[in-house]
Amino acid sequence: MDTSYTPKEIMTIMAAREIKNGDIVFSGTGISMLAAMAAKKINAPDSVIFFETGAMDSLLEEIPFAVADPRIMYWAAANSSLTDAFATMQNRITGDRVIAILGAAQIDRYGNLNTTCIGDYFSPDIRFSGSGGGCDVASFVPRCIAFMQHETRKFVKHLDYLTSPGQLTGNGAREKAGLRPGGVSLVVTNLGVMRFATDTGQMYLDQYYPGTTPGMILENTGFDMDVSRAAPADPPTPAELKILRENCDPQRLILGPA
Amino acid sequence: MNNDMNKTMPLEKAVARFVKTGSHISIGGFTLNRNPMAAVYEIIRQKIKDLHLYAHSNGTGLDELIGAGCVSKLEIAYGGNGKAAPTCIRFARAVQNNEILFEDYSNYMMSLRFMAGAMGVPFLPTLSGLGSDMLTTWGFSESMRRSDPKIVDSKLAVVDNPFGNWGGARKVVAVPAINPDVTIIHVQQADAMGTCRIQGLTFADVEQVKASRHVIVTCEQLVEKPVLRQHPDMNQIPFIHVTAVCHVPFGGYPTAVYGHYDYDAQYLKRFAKAARDEAAFRAYQDRFVFGVKSHEQFLEKVGKDRLAAIAADPKTGYSVNMKRD
Repeated sequence: MDTSYTPKEIMTIMAAREIKNGDIVFSGTGISMLAAMAAKKINAPDSVIFFETGAMDSLLEEIPFAVADPRIMYWAAANSSLTDAFATMQNRITGDRVIAILGAAQIDRYGNLNTTCIGDYFSPDIRFSGSGGGCDVASFVPRCIAFMQHETRKFVKHLDYLTSPGQLTGNGAREKAGLRPGGVSLVVTNLGVMRFATDTGQMYLDQYYPGTTPGMILENTGFDMDVSRAAPADPPTPAELKILRENCDPQRLILGPA
Repeated sequence: MNNDMNKTMPLEKAVARFVKTGSHISIGGFTLNRNPMAAVYEIIRQKIKDLHLYAHSNGTGLDELIGAGCVSKLEIAYGGNGKAAPTCIRFARAVQNNEILFEDYSNYMMSLRFMAGAMGVPFLPTLSGLGSDMLTTWGFSESMRRSDPKIVDSKLAVVDNPFGNWGGARKVVAVPAINPDVTIIHVQQADAMGTCRIQGLTFADVEQVKASRHVIVTCEQLVEKPVLRQHPDMNQIPFIHVTAVCHVPFGGYPTAVYGHYDYDAQYLKRFAKAARDEAAFRAYQDRFVFGVKSHEQFLEKVGKDRLAAIAADPKTGYSVNMKRD
């Protein structure tokens, strides 16, 4: 088997490794759903996937293209509603087990996300879809993984709009604002993996992929970032790649060309 | 009074009677699923303008309405249409070109706002959005709010928890209730009185319906009352909330209706392509919306082959192995 891999493949595996057995995984579509499926088939067989639309533990025989795709409704434990799905994240018994996977147009050093617009809010250069459930998830869920393309225009000093709260301005600002601990705790990009310092709330480089260096990652980051703790990432194993390719997305609908 | 035994009427009549210029409306479904598309197209055909639309995550219906120039004010959490258009194209253009007034919320905030409207309370509390720009950036100005009695005077309010730290929260975001003039939903089954059975996810349809002064239900199947009354635990909406019932098979097309048909990925892709170009979009709506008199004629234009290709498999509820790229 080909043991080389695409950026999407290593990103999927890095996120999947973060999911623990027994986690309740909040998923969107695309690569985040693939990471949730990969975790379930590789390292977290008892994890449960759910969607903001209210489907819990869907079978996912075919890859859904939207969180309202009828493919998520088949063989679910329950099909409920939006208010119920968001309650699951806040429930004081189930909420602590939830891990979420998000994406964004911009992220700052504190893990705050923008999915609303580039430019002025009222006359934006680019308008995006908006929060959807993103703000709710970042507000409620103790651990969130953010998938990003690693570019300076996406890793910015100041967000054009703060849609979803991370550590806000750091140093305990999140708790001061009234939020419970949570928000983005892991950032997975095409170059490496970032985490957040517990005291300052600032992003630091945790792992860099084969073929990248901390310096290269800093060049693609629009703010200063601590790289002193960075270690080389363990690349995807042949076993992980085999399961991802053969059991999760055999048609490469999300993985794209090999 | 919503206790009439027979609320069935043609869709044209229901839309003309309950959706007016300037109405505050909401539509059911979520992105590309169970949108009341027949009603959306009818609103566009009747050229009803200046609508105030309340949306959590809307997609196909939202983009058709905005593209046709029917919406002037929008309160929204998300405008996206699946793979064909991760951000709704006409929505993005309308915002970028200052063609509509808009204000952003989250999905949970919008769902709670409908729920508050349904419950008859002025607001509901949540911890969502604390520290975000959703709290501080208002889309509607203070003067505009104060001049319109149907719009609440402020967007969101952070208030102290009146019970101290009970529940582990010192403060909460109060999200104000919504009571639309009319909500339109599409369901799998309804009876003539308006009792509804939805298969699959209900999204926020139930809250939207119960928050609204008038409710138009379009249904795949108009069934006899005993069909629904034999299994009341499978029904979500009792008739007392419903104003009009319209029997419209394929009334959700081109969005999906679980157990009946899938979304039409080809149609949504063609729509997204047309939406990127002004002339192409006009030509598209001239042909498929204004060029027909009814949803039935629209479906004839779409063709039997398309409808057969998206027919749901009875076991899974969607079209298995359908071409979706």
